[in-house]
Amino acid sequence: MSNSMDDIAEFAELVFVIGSNTTEQHPVFGAMLRQAVKQRGAKLIVADPRRIDLTEFATLHLRQRPGTDIALLNGLMHLILQNNWHNSAFMAERCENFEEFEETIRRYPPALVSEITGIPEVKLRQAAELMGNTRPMAVIWAMGITQHITGVHNVMSLANLQMLTGNMGIPGGGVNPLRGQNNVQGACDVGGLPNVYPADQPVTSPQARRTFAAAWGMAEEQLSGEVGKTVTELMPGLLNGSTRALYILAEDPIMSDPDTGHIRKCLQAADFIALQEIFPTETAHYADVLLPGVTFAEKYGTFTNTERRVQMVRPAITPPGEARQDWQIIRDVAQGILSAGTRPVAPAAWSGWDYETPSQIMDEINALTPSYGGITHARLEQGERLQWPCPTLLHPGTPILHTQGFTRGKGRFMPIEHIPPAEKPDDAYPFVLSTGRVLYHWHGGEMTRRAQNLLALYSEPLIEINAEDAARLRLAPQSHVRVSSRRGQISAKAWVTDRVPPGMVYANFHFPHASANELTQAALDPIAKIPEYKVTAVRVEAE
Amino acid sequence: MVTLSINGKQVQVPEETTVLRAAQRLGIEIPTLCDHPDLHPLGGCRLCLVEVKGGKQFNASCALPVSEGMEVTTESPALAEARRDVLKLMLHGYHDAGYANGQSAPTELVHWATHYGLDVAEHQAKEAHYPINADPNPVVWVDMNKCIQCGRCIRACAEVQGRFVWQMTGRGFDSHPIAGVNNLMLDARCESCGACVAYCPTGALDNKPSMGAGLPEKKVTTTCGYCGVGCQFDLNVKDNQVIRVTSNPQAPVNGMHLCVKGRYGYDYIHHPERLTKPRVRRYLLEAGDTPKPSAPQQNPTPLWDWVETDWDTALGITSRKLQSIRDSYGAESIGILTSAKCTNEENYLMNKLARQVIGTNSIDHCARL
Repeated sequence: MSNSMDDIAEFAELVFVIGSNTTEQHPVFGAMLRQAVKQRGAKLIVADPRRIDLTEFATLHLRQRPGTDIALLNGLMHLILQNNWHNSAFMAERCENFEEFEETIRRYPPALVSEITGIPEVKLRQAAELMGNTRPMAVIWAMGITQHITGVHNVMSLANLQMLTGNMGIPGGGVNPLRGQNNVQGACDVGGLPNVYPADQPVTSPQARRTFAAAWGMAEEQLSGEVGKTVTELMPGLLNGSTRALYILAEDPIMSDPDTGHIRKCLQAADFIALQEIFPTETAHYADVLLPGVTFAEKYGTFTNTERRVQMVRPAITPPGEARQDWQIIRDVAQGILSAGTRPVAPAAWSGWDYETPSQIMDEINALTPSYGGITHARLEQGERLQWPCPTLLHPGTPILHTQGFTRGKGRFMPIEHIPPAEKPDDAYPFVLSTGRVLYHWHGGEMTRRAQNLLALYSEPLIEINAEDAARLRLAPQSHVRVSSRRGQISAKAWVTDRVPPGMVYANFHFPHASANELTQAALDPIAKIPEYKVTAVRVEAE
Repeated sequence: MVTLSINGKQVQVPEETTVLRAAQRLGIEIPTLCDHPDLHPLGGCRLCLVEVKGGKQFNASCALPVSEGMEVTTESPALAEARRDVLKLMLHGYHDAGYANGQSAPTELVHWATHYGLDVAEHQAKEAHYPINADPNPVVWVDMNKCIQCGRCIRACAEVQGRFVWQMTGRGFDSHPIAGVNNLMLDARCESCGACVAYCPTGALDNKPSMGAGLPEKKVTTTCGYCGVGCQFDLNVKDNQVIRVTSNPQAPVNGMHLCVKGRYGYDYIHHPERLTKPRVRRYLLEAGDTPKPSAPQQNPTPLWDWVETDWDTALGITSRKLQSIRDSYGAESIGILTSAKCTNEENYLMNKLARQVIGTNSIDHCARL
């Protein structure tokens, strides 16, 4: 997020939520948004194919067809430009490449956009007028924007909108992706990605490579200068032998990756899988070794939230049985591999693996991750509230990004064209399936299916289907539906509801016996390699 | 700005500040029950009575705006007597059946009653008027016998969660909160966030899964392990078990607020399926280099059985396998999946393991999934 959650709740005059079911996926922030509308009179526009709960608080609900976000955003920007509601002063000072962008935007008049998105022209005009005349506007999104073959372009379009309206770098504005898991932001920050070292330093940058080679006691050529494989590339690699072994820390590809049937074949083909986990998950069926780690309630360290805030995690209880601290397991595996001596490491400032505490690891993060340079355990334990970038021990942290300029200098308007989703409904598979989570469960359900309180509230997967479709399929109340795609089939209880429009169904991936990912496909965004979870063509039948 | 004095101490506060908030700014505690700093004032319970010089009667400080030159007294024998009367009246309609005796910390009501020298057992209603455990919601315990009509639950649901489940019904002695139009909570669209429980000062609303769990030995402030909002809360611990989650008002992002997963989704920690010993497939323990059985998930073989083993064996096998596959097929043959559920420190080590120890950049996690 470029801004902070309390900043948006307090200062945004207009909140534009697109592709985020905020009240179910980020419930406490979702509640803050409800209060901003109710207590402060902030305006709210929700763009979502589903009538999610937040739409009850919305000034406007734009119900676009899945996979038409670019057309929608271009259409809104077309109207903003046409009516001179854009912020020319901000654009002149802070942005570039407007002409090329404008040429693209011109090709998205309301009539065409309405036809592509299914949103009535009058609603497009109302939304554009609100956006053009209400400042500051904060844009908020989540996986509904990114899990498309156009995920990166969707995000760029939102950045275009915020530059056009001059809503960057100001309180109550900004571009604000809500990160899903507790520490997905932190995992990205400290090098858990194939293209960057910690703090987004590209692996292809000779300078970054030099820095890390020197710090870790390696010759430069020992560190790979090639971008590595994403999870969506590593998995199919198991079938052709380009990937042979996996070391998996607390992830469950059987539940969370697209096209489960395919993932099963991939994992089965592995030479070796080490899985470090707290439960025997669905993925454990394919593992060769299971290393028992610990839960958040048993460990010490830090998580980084969606607004770049680094916070302490503290152990409340001791782990059960012989379960071990995850950092110790990783350390011991690393020491074991190094002890073979086939890949020599020279003594250097941070070459060793003799950590005795998580704080020693944080010292190394501070030294090698410029944005975390001043975020030490000591400062956090003293109660300091720190959001990165926080480069030095005296730096107070950064609640709002891009106040003076963008990372690259000028903000570049990107001309983006609408592309239809990879898989379109047809006669054999006439419905569109979108997938996601529900309030009461978490991701692959490994933890929440083992939480009795949550199971009591939501005990089995439900598939959302519109009443019109239910009537046409002659669905009896409380009955099950069978949903099939070109890749797989699931059966679960139907929830007849106007949350989804006719022609669309929605399923979650919390329960192994009816996981939506049996149906999804690994159609990837060419840049981010993110799968298009939000659009799958399916057939729906009464059981 | 307005200047007034409270117990002889001068304080300057913005206009429209209440006397209660001005006193709190001076660190002067005035007893309250219906008031909570997160919620709009109600002026309902009248426990926060104060004396204003020149006034004819006591005023409820939570609903009394400051004025220039005002002189306020918050403690006097007459005030104590008045507050005792207020509490007696409340207790008249209050009945604690005793099921939680000694099992939980004193509630705010019990605290103030005791403070003003009242024996709750002596002054409370002699019998229950409402069913105990009156709502089947799996996480919220409802016992309206303990309700003092302070309306915090109603305001918490409306002003914090924004779901409007609770409202007051009835008149006088019969008034009490109901969910929806006298529905079950879940039918009134309750999202089970427990905000009403967190703000309830009497135990009329309580954490159902923790009933009877007793008092914690310690509370540990930590960060939630579910979504990216980063709420903080206190894990209440007894006998090495997490017995409940309570709000910590100092939490930077969320204050008192939590969602259903954060407040009630913790019991997986103690689930019997927790892995407590390393496991390896039997073929890995066979003499020599027994090859991995092919497609064992489809053709079960004893060689694919799990065998519990010691850490040295499991770690040794893991290191040796990763190292030999790397040495035979190259660093790019190994994929490292790190975790969005784990800490920065753990993720950093996985990054170092991939890049320094193995020699590959093929490290990823479910950021995309």
